[in-house]
Amino acid sequence: MSKSSKIFKYVGKRLLQGVPIIIAIVVINFFLLNLAEGDAVDVLAGEAGSATPEYMEQLRKRFGLDQPLPVQLMVYLKNVLTLDLGYSFRHEMPVNALIFDRFAATGLLMTSTIILAVGFGILLGLLAAMRLNTWKDNVITIFALITYATPLFWVGLMMIVVFSLNLGWFPTSGMTNVAAFYEGWDYVVDVSRHLVLPTITLSLFYLALYTRMMRASMLEQYGQDYVVTARAKGLTERRITYVHVLRNALLPVVTMAGVQVGALIGGSVIVESVFAWPGLGMLAFESLFARDLNLLLGIFLLSSMLVVAVNLIVDIIYCFLDPRIEVS
Amino acid sequence: MVDFWKRYRRNRAAVFGLVVIILIIIMALTASLFYPNDPFRLMGKPLSGPLTNGFLLGSDSLGRDVASGIVHGAKTSLLIGFVATIVSVFIGIFFGAFAGYFGGRIDDILMRVTEIFQTIPSFIFAILLVAIMKPSIVSIVIAIAVVSWPGVARLVRGEFLALKNREFVQACHTLGMSDFRIMLREILPNCLSPIIVVGSLMVATAILIESGLAFLGLGDPNIMSWGFLIGAGRTMLRSAWWVCTFPGVAILITVLAINLIGEGLNDALNPRLKERQ
Repeated sequence: MSKSSKIFKYVGKRLLQGVPIIIAIVVINFFLLNLAEGDAVDVLAGEAGSATPEYMEQLRKRFGLDQPLPVQLMVYLKNVLTLDLGYSFRHEMPVNALIFDRFAATGLLMTSTIILAVGFGILLGLLAAMRLNTWKDNVITIFALITYATPLFWVGLMMIVVFSLNLGWFPTSGMTNVAAFYEGWDYVVDVSRHLVLPTITLSLFYLALYTRMMRASMLEQYGQDYVVTARAKGLTERRITYVHVLRNALLPVVTMAGVQVGALIGGSVIVESVFAWPGLGMLAFESLFARDLNLLLGIFLLSSMLVVAVNLIVDIIYCFLDPRIEVS
Repeated sequence: MVDFWKRYRRNRAAVFGLVVIILIIIMALTASLFYPNDPFRLMGKPLSGPLTNGFLLGSDSLGRDVASGIVHGAKTSLLIGFVATIVSVFIGIFFGAFAGYFGGRIDDILMRVTEIFQTIPSFIFAILLVAIMKPSIVSIVIAIAVVSWPGVARLVRGEFLALKNREFVQACHTLGMSDFRIMLREILPNCLSPIIVVGSLMVATAILIESGLAFLGLGDPNIMSWGFLIGAGRTMLRSAWWVCTFPGVAILITVLAINLIGEGLNDALNPRLKERQ
């Protein structure tokens, strides 16, 4: 069998493995919804101010809430499969439309964070491994230790105090300057200025993580036999580091980047609520205050699916990066 | 024990971390001695800066003492950190031990469940659980435990897999010991060191999750905590930077100290692992 068709089969197999996980997450979601006090009809009645028990009974019938739980679960599964995540009574909009609206902002924040964290993490890790046990290595290690221990929201607030309030370099919150109606390049510049602080805040932790991983990975690769072989055949240290060791050392870092996506989504809830960045995290924060459970569950479901999807993509990238991995 | 302390002492940073944590525990235990008043009580002029109007670390917008909040909040952070970790270590040991010892179908099912819990974005899951159960100490502990056990389960499963075919376990089988007794009394004590190391690091993570939840307004409303202080102070960031800054420093120092202890425990309990690095 040729390599490409093998990979094709592998992707199909991994896709199938993802299905039970997604179904399980939907089921967990359904039970959480039922665990909460009150149902959609209670919320509606509360919104309306008053409702007779008869009317509420009638509404329950209409929404299918009088059916036994397994039937409700099947209906819920069907709804999720057709991307119907319910209705947000606070925003008076379907949940999926709301999520779709906010997705781009979160996507932008996460992409810039991953690029910054992975890029600089690899660079700093490389530097630390090459200058082992010098002051540069020590500074990088201490930086990683402190970053590990710092709560994300606090970093964000301190960034605002220093860079927005005292130095005035960057805006404190939001994604655009609401007063100015920028277009074209001005708009891009405006959004990027707003993006700087949230990105740095969210990426610091992962930057530390990737730096430590990269350092450890480089050191492990330096001890391998192929490095001895390369030295024996007279390659320069530069060539050994950049061509041979670096390439192999990158692999675990790529895997880690995939594993961390779930945590990154959690972090974006905090960072977005600190900087009022209008993405999914901010939406989750708002729904928490409005007790809008449908919306919160929708965001939870979507972010879980996103993690499954990213893990799949990373696995596929991995088999291209490392031909030694048997896909079958 | 003496041997253990000798090895632990070799890591200077870990000893430093231990001293810091002991000081923080003493601070938490003696909180009511130095600040006998309820930390929620109004103690003086609102928005006083540090070292003014009799406030060591300033006061917030309602005139609550920040220093008192930090001292009393230490109890909350440490308590939730330790209890949540103990609960999640228990869940993890339960899942991991059964999966690793029995293998086969049981292993498949338990590991699938673990995998699902690892896939779910943990912080959002914790938010959801606390929001649904209504914020209280108990619901926060449950939420943190539910999102943090999979790592322990995987670790314990691996250890059980490695140990279950060893000679001493086979000897136990020959002696006619029950499976349960072998798991609990024979295998488990042999894999305690990595569990202790992972557990110590989990306390740090639990404290960070708790502070994040409290910051978002999901803390127990009747109990002072560091995350709550920061969340309450964020709107006055412009006029009163100290309300947010000092509780954050407290979290940073505590979590850093626990991480250092974790590394020290790792060096002391798994000496072979250290040599490999």
